[in-house]
Amino acid sequence: MSLPAFNRHGVWAIYRFEMARFLRTLLQSVLTPVITTSLFVIVFGAAIGSRMAEVDGVSYGAFIVPGLIMLSLFTESIANASFGIHFPKFTGTIFEILAAPVAALEIVLGYVGAAATKSVLLGLIILATASFFVSFTILHPLWMLAFMALTAVTFSLFGFIVGIWAKNWEQMQFVPMLIVTPLTFLGGAFYSIDMLPPGWRTVALFNPVVYLISGFRWSFFGTSDVSVQVSLAMTAVFMLACIGVIAWIFRTGYRLKT
Amino acid sequence: MAAAISIANLTKTYANGQHALKGVSLEIRPGEIFALLGPNGAGKTTLISIVCGIVRPTSGSVLVEGHDIRREFRAARECIGLVPQELAIEAFETVRAAAAFSRGLFGRAPDPACVERVLHDLSLWDRRDDILMTLSGGMKRRVMIAKALAHEPRILFLDEPTAGVDVELRRDLWELVRRLRDQGVTIILTTHYIDEAEELADRIGVVNHGELVVVDEKRALMKKLGKRQLTLTLQEPLAAVPVGLAEWRLALLGNGHELQFTFDAAQEQTGVGPLLRRLEQLGIGWRDLNTRESSLEDIFVSLVGRGARA
Repeated sequence: MSLPAFNRHGVWAIYRFEMARFLRTLLQSVLTPVITTSLFVIVFGAAIGSRMAEVDGVSYGAFIVPGLIMLSLFTESIANASFGIHFPKFTGTIFEILAAPVAALEIVLGYVGAAATKSVLLGLIILATASFFVSFTILHPLWMLAFMALTAVTFSLFGFIVGIWAKNWEQMQFVPMLIVTPLTFLGGAFYSIDMLPPGWRTVALFNPVVYLISGFRWSFFGTSDVSVQVSLAMTAVFMLACIGVIAWIFRTGYRLKT
Repeated sequence: MAAAISIANLTKTYANGQHALKGVSLEIRPGEIFALLGPNGAGKTTLISIVCGIVRPTSGSVLVEGHDIRREFRAARECIGLVPQELAIEAFETVRAAAAFSRGLFGRAPDPACVERVLHDLSLWDRRDDILMTLSGGMKRRVMIAKALAHEPRILFLDEPTAGVDVELRRDLWELVRRLRDQGVTIILTTHYIDEAEELADRIGVVNHGELVVVDEKRALMKKLGKRQLTLTLQEPLAAVPVGLAEWRLALLGNGHELQFTFDAAQEQTGVGPLLRRLEQLGIGWRDLNTRESSLEDIFVSLVGRGARA
């Protein structure tokens, strides 16, 4: 018996294994982000939003929905993918992955595919939850799904890097808490960057999250801080950068093999 | 017949400068049980880890059934099952799911019948739906072996398989190893238990300080390097070994009540006959004698000790 050029059974095994963990912890996997998002929508959208003017012709409550979904999508993608690869490193079961006839691409497909799937499912659940509190329409539903998938995959790739880089659980928390969350809050989740002073607007354009949220918001309301093409291009650049880093990790064995 | 594993001039130097392997060359024959012995830190696990793709070699080559482990890693790795030293299993999975996962990971299509067979072989079938974290250490060890066998490997690495397991499991594992060998599986076993190697192995390799000190058939090794000892219990104790017995290099033991003669059993002239005659000439009476062949453990200690002194 010899394996074909693509080990699909290996990819499926990793993917199914990761999804099984998601299903085992379904309650906390889904309930926590749903409650958090509901609170955001109620506090910012209903309580504070009712006293605020419309943004780009959209009620503030509806305006923040795409940003909130993106916020969850970033954090969940990073958390899922980083945990997925860090846990076997922590427990020692990574030996089996390294000793198996699975190529780097197949390992990434399994882990990142599962992490992105979980994030997209969660994004859709949050979207459904938000619709109970505020009314909104989605002008470009297919683009909305495409942005969601693209963002989930990109940040799952980033999370995969974090999971391999991290030597312990503290480092695992470091990147999401000190880098991703601030970038997300400063990335226009709760406001349009047009509302910023001109100098800060320029600074904001260096934040990759701005492009993701802007593009995603466009799929809902047809308006955006930056053009959709630029949003897509910037997301693609970030994704390619992550792919490049992962390729380097597997080529050198960085923190995987001695 | 082509070698199951062919290792040539394998070296490994870790980032901290430690030379774990210093040019190891070794051929493992198909279908044999090969025991790799050596003290802690000798390089056994590094050697296994390189063959299995977990550690990168510094130089040298490894072929598994003729496939280079780097250029043809898929073909090389699909033949191999690995049971590492450490108990490392996913805590929240069931026994059956863990074995099925390993089978899939190694590129094999799902085969519940095969997984069932493996679990039966390891007395795990009744625990198939148990969560791994609820199992005892011995059962977890069985699960690790089941995971390694789930993709029906032709070569099985067992790195200290019986470390810390009870006698019953140890016997079960020995039985399993023999069964696998009968099915044509090549088995490479590292162990600290010399009696395990003595019981199971066809050939033995001793690694010390990153070098392969010796590789040979178990019987040939014991014949070549093994010594025999003749112990004579004396009628009257001696204060010292008499000068007339100097040529036999005897040891005086048991407060002068025993004379011990170590000789090479492979030699045509062992020196036992002349020694007994000389004792009679010197008027030294003895009331009992026994001989003992050195065990593999004695040989191992002498080899490793020799390496340590070098």
